[in-house]
Amino acid sequence: MLVEIVVCVFLVIGALFGLVGSFGLLKLQDTMQRLHAPTKATTLGIGGVLIASMLYFLLIKDSFSFHELMITLFLFLTAPISANFLAQTHISLRMKQSDLPESGGAYGWSLFDDPPVMEKPSEPAAPTQAPH
Amino acid sequence: MITYALVFAMACIGLGLLMNLWLLVRGPGRADRVLALDTMVINVVALLILYGIRQGTGVYFEASMLIAMVGFVSTVAYCRFILRGDIIE
Repeated sequence: MLVEIVVCVFLVIGALFGLVGSFGLLKLQDTMQRLHAPTKATTLGIGGVLIASMLYFLLIKDSFSFHELMITLFLFLTAPISANFLAQTHISLRMKQSDLPESGGAYGWSLFDDPPVMEKPSEPAAPTQAPH
Repeated sequence: MITYALVFAMACIGLGLLMNLWLLVRGPGRADRVLALDTMVINVVALLILYGIRQGTGVYFEASMLIAMVGFVSTVAYCRFILRGDIIE
């Protein structure tokens, strides 16, 4: 009974976070704001659903599988990467270089500026001719 | 009790999928549409796992794992295509 309650709580929390993430995707105004909803809320929601599934199969069905852990790890690893790519896409499509703040480093933003020129390794000094 | 929680969770995720579909249709820019597709993939993975709990089998975990991988790769490929005009340079 207690196990069922715990599984139900995780299921409901996960589903509500997923719903909040999808609703935030509709409600927020700007693309940069909209990026927040699926990367945080939806990822947390699917984490809750996966925890519920793991507890259900472990405690009620008496079978443990690593698949949930793998899915959790994979989703939590890939969410920031895809969010970063989406932000880059949005910046390159909609924003100009003058909209961005200074990069704060020695070089500009990699989306607009060429990569910094690496200094070539100094060539070995030409062998001096030994005087005859 | 788990049955009711499963029905509630499936309804929430399905509603979220409909919202994502609406953003996919409406989305003002290409980045928004890619974002909506990415969120749809995550929601579909959640829906498959819920269905697996409901059926009581672990068969659907492999399918959801594959869908998650393909979704990530497709998001990155689409973003690179918009950014560079090319996927593999």
